[in-house]
Amino acid sequence: MMPDLGKYAVEVTSAYGITFLLILIISFLYWRRGLIIKRRLMAAEARKDA
Amino acid sequence: MSTKLGMKHFWPFFWKLANPKVFMRWSGLCLPWIIALTVLCLGTGLIWGFFLTPDDARQGSTVKIIYLHVPSAFIAINGYFVMVLGSLFWLVRRQHVSVLVAKASAPIGMTMTVIALTTGAIWGQPIWGTYWVWDPRLTSFLILFLFYIGYVALWAAIDDQDKVADLTSVLALVGAVFAILSRYAVIFWNQGLHQGTTVTIADGVSQKNISSIFFQPLLLSMIGFGLLFLTLLLIGARTEIRAQRLQVLEGLERLK
Repeated sequence: MMPDLGKYAVEVTSAYGITFLLILIISFLYWRRGLIIKRRLMAAEARKDA
Repeated sequence: MSTKLGMKHFWPFFWKLANPKVFMRWSGLCLPWIIALTVLCLGTGLIWGFFLTPDDARQGSTVKIIYLHVPSAFIAINGYFVMVLGSLFWLVRRQHVSVLVAKASAPIGMTMTVIALTTGAIWGQPIWGTYWVWDPRLTSFLILFLFYIGYVALWAAIDDQDKVADLTSVLALVGAVFAILSRYAVIFWNQGLHQGTTVTIADGVSQKNISSIFFQPLLLSMIGFGLLFLTLLLIGARTEIRAQRLQVLEGLERLK
């Protein structure tokens, strides 16, 4: 299934590996901060309405 | 006629998005669809490019890096233009949503710049014989990255939201010069190791300096990276709007 990358296998796989890692990190950080802020806002709104 | 009609409806809707409630409602509705499209386009483009395209006669399998390098560079530059537009709308019309969109755009653009620089360096070593040269495009891209860092750092450094929005907006406008230079460096200076643009749009028609067998998955990857940018931008902007509301509520609580 894996294509034969020949003598450049290290270069190609490391480029894909680094890219996927960076995309995963930025996506996780955006998702996590979004979740934290959403929860804190909901709690603050509940306190305001109480 | 239909374009004029479309624009007639687009601009009133666009300005309505400056209202945080409207933005939150519309972005909430669109986000699941955009996420699904992102996964579909990015997944298909990268799988097609990596597994189903042949090696290049001269560059061998390193040509597969094009499906990461070109889209990330494209988004790094255009992400900066989103930041510039958001900043401009803030400075002219004082719309908070626009500057919060600009703020959300910066870390994504910065990440894309890192991906473009890293994959470019990895690609450059076997093809050019070096990871880095002070080529006009590479150098202007590095400066663009420094502007991204400066912009993100400035947002983190100042608490006064309106003041920091003003300062970062001015910084974004100054850095726009380097975004333009990064985009057109290969045309301005016909020197250096970096090749000319892979895909250009001239007179509304796309012109490509690449074989169709590589172009089709590349185009899909570019659309996928564009949708990934949009997904993260919407998530980030929604978070920033919520964070601003939270700051107001916590401020009121402290006053009680």
